[in-house]
Amino acid sequence: MADHGSLERLGLKPEDAERLLKEAREFKGESLWSDAWRRLRRNRVALWSMYFLVAFGLMSFFAPLLPMRNPAAQAPEIQFQSPTLNLGDSGYLQEYAADDKITSEEIVNAYWPEMNSLDVLFVKVRLAVFGSWQPGFWMGTDAMGRDVLSRIVWGSRTSIKVALIASLFSLLIGVVYGALSGLLGGWVDNLMMRIVDILYSIPFIFVVIFLITLIGDYKQALEEWGIDRMVVLYLVIGAVYWLTMARVVRGQVLALKHKEFVEAARVIGASTPRILFAHVVPNVLSIVIIYLTLTIPAVMLFEAFLSFLGLGVEAPEVSWGILAADGTAAINPLRLFWWLVVFPSLAMASTLLALNLLGDGLRDALDPKMRGKD
Amino acid sequence: MIRFLSRRLLWMAITFLLVSLVSFTLMHSVKGGPFSKERKLDPAILANMEAAYHLDWPIWKQYLHYMGPLNLGDEGWFGKGEQKGSDPFTGVLVGDFGPSFRYQDFTVNDIIGQSLPISALLGVVAMMWALALGVSAGIASALRRGSGLDLSMRLAATGGIALPNFVIAGFLVILFVFLIPLLPVAGWGTLKHMLLPGFCLGLGFAAYISRLTRTGMLEVLSQDHIRTAHAKGLAPRTVVMRHALKGGLLPVVSYLGPATAGVLTGSLVLERIFNIPGMGSHFVNAATNRDYTLAMGVTLLYTVLVYSLNAVVDLAYTLLDPRIRLEDQ
Repeated sequence: MADHGSLERLGLKPEDAERLLKEAREFKGESLWSDAWRRLRRNRVALWSMYFLVAFGLMSFFAPLLPMRNPAAQAPEIQFQSPTLNLGDSGYLQEYAADDKITSEEIVNAYWPEMNSLDVLFVKVRLAVFGSWQPGFWMGTDAMGRDVLSRIVWGSRTSIKVALIASLFSLLIGVVYGALSGLLGGWVDNLMMRIVDILYSIPFIFVVIFLITLIGDYKQALEEWGIDRMVVLYLVIGAVYWLTMARVVRGQVLALKHKEFVEAARVIGASTPRILFAHVVPNVLSIVIIYLTLTIPAVMLFEAFLSFLGLGVEAPEVSWGILAADGTAAINPLRLFWWLVVFPSLAMASTLLALNLLGDGLRDALDPKMRGKD
Repeated sequence: MIRFLSRRLLWMAITFLLVSLVSFTLMHSVKGGPFSKERKLDPAILANMEAAYHLDWPIWKQYLHYMGPLNLGDEGWFGKGEQKGSDPFTGVLVGDFGPSFRYQDFTVNDIIGQSLPISALLGVVAMMWALALGVSAGIASALRRGSGLDLSMRLAATGGIALPNFVIAGFLVILFVFLIPLLPVAGWGTLKHMLLPGFCLGLGFAAYISRLTRTGMLEVLSQDHIRTAHAKGLAPRTVVMRHALKGGLLPVVSYLGPATAGVLTGSLVLERIFNIPGMGSHFVNAATNRDYTLAMGVTLLYTVLVYSLNAVVDLAYTLLDPRIRLEDQ
């Protein structure tokens, strides 16, 4: 174990040292994560928000499994139907359900422009379980006669996908940039943070809108590279939201560099990679997670905002921003189509609220300053 | 003070240069250019139009022409004098944003001149709502800490931060235009037109301001000088209004800079919902119509606006709190 020279200096006998080490091993420290989890569990609001989000995420992932109406099929003869709670009918892909031989292409053609093989599988399972039954218009229909309920569920897929991918992208840039700046220090740090300052003061929304409209002109060239509008959306949103993350990570890394426990680890002879991965990364990670949970709703909002203006997701894809835009477009002084505004808004509002509440709860649970206090 | 201002000015110049350079390059490297519509123009006419807007020049020369009062001509590198186009365009740096590509009888300055006051008014109304609601809710929360009032205010604030303003606008339009017909559904002109969009725009910021006020007030209220004020027998109202409020509102002041930028952003959507002919709707239209000079003019103008407002807010902050020195910013 420890060499004898140092034991003598400390005035310890070898057996005492063994005993002390054994005691130290038995003393189980509470890790940051178990502590945070305990704290989070006590926060009822945050916990219920998490359950809600998990349920919502599952629903949106398994959307093709659910017996719902077709979200894309247009039927102008049933436009603007108000919500009715009826048992539904069996019109769903009926001509295919009659003979048992449906191909993937048929489903894709009849259902949704872009489905991967997993979604097609889901739809087949759904046909096997529910047959061609579909519910009535529980949340009404829109101007094209499409079912609002199923558009909300399918729209959540796009919104969640954009939010997650764009947030992760911003996380990647922010963490790498911030960590580099904090670790390198000196004039490099200074320069890198000045650049962030400059970018902060640009009214990004205008530049982003500008960029997205310009990208329309490069559409063909970009598609040759395999970049479509969605990818552009991820990149652009991610490129906007990394600034705060970079600042926060840099601050944390700077603070950690000179923390006592890092010094202590260095004193007892821990290697640099060990210090990095055992001490620095977990502590940075907590703050990264806090900001990630706060970035996701912000990105979701931004996507809705862009789609609302007609600059985000393009039809026939659907997202919550598009639904909100459809709803406000249907507002007119003559007749009130309240379900087009209320239901998509409720879906978006509850999700964003839950994300924010969970983010607040996580911050309270993980914030190092709150540790040890209640 | 002078040093602070000159440093800010320098950074603003750098930012401005960066934004203009990037957006100009992007804008002018587009194939086809702004005049390639669905209906093909006669090549000769197209060439004439491009010459009139100097689109036949190399891009760096176009940029210099766009930016500065250099009076560049067609000949040579920096040849002065005769231009094919007859526009007396002088350059962005002296406040001329050039002709609009789409509204061909208007210059960008005309359009901005018409729409900026509208957007500014909407922004002022929104900020008034935000400050009035946010500060009073924050103070009430802080004074009744832990009560039901505090709890409901904080929940409302979380909601206000989480919800997008177009969602709130949809609900409020249904409520105040259809169910309780008090306000007009859209348009611009009278005070009644401003109330609802201003409220929707301000609500998110009100929520944030109420949080900041609550935190700031709680901190100040626990300090010694407040206890002294109470001890010497001042009325509770006087203590709060005269002694606590000034310190408690400091975080709100520093938030006003980002809030103003946010108001400008938010008005993009709200101007569209409520059909308000402000800068926001012009910008979105310009961007989707490829009216490059207009879109760029608005972007550059907003860059300068946001930057100067932030500088003003920082200045105000140091005046309110002498402990903070300008060099720290």
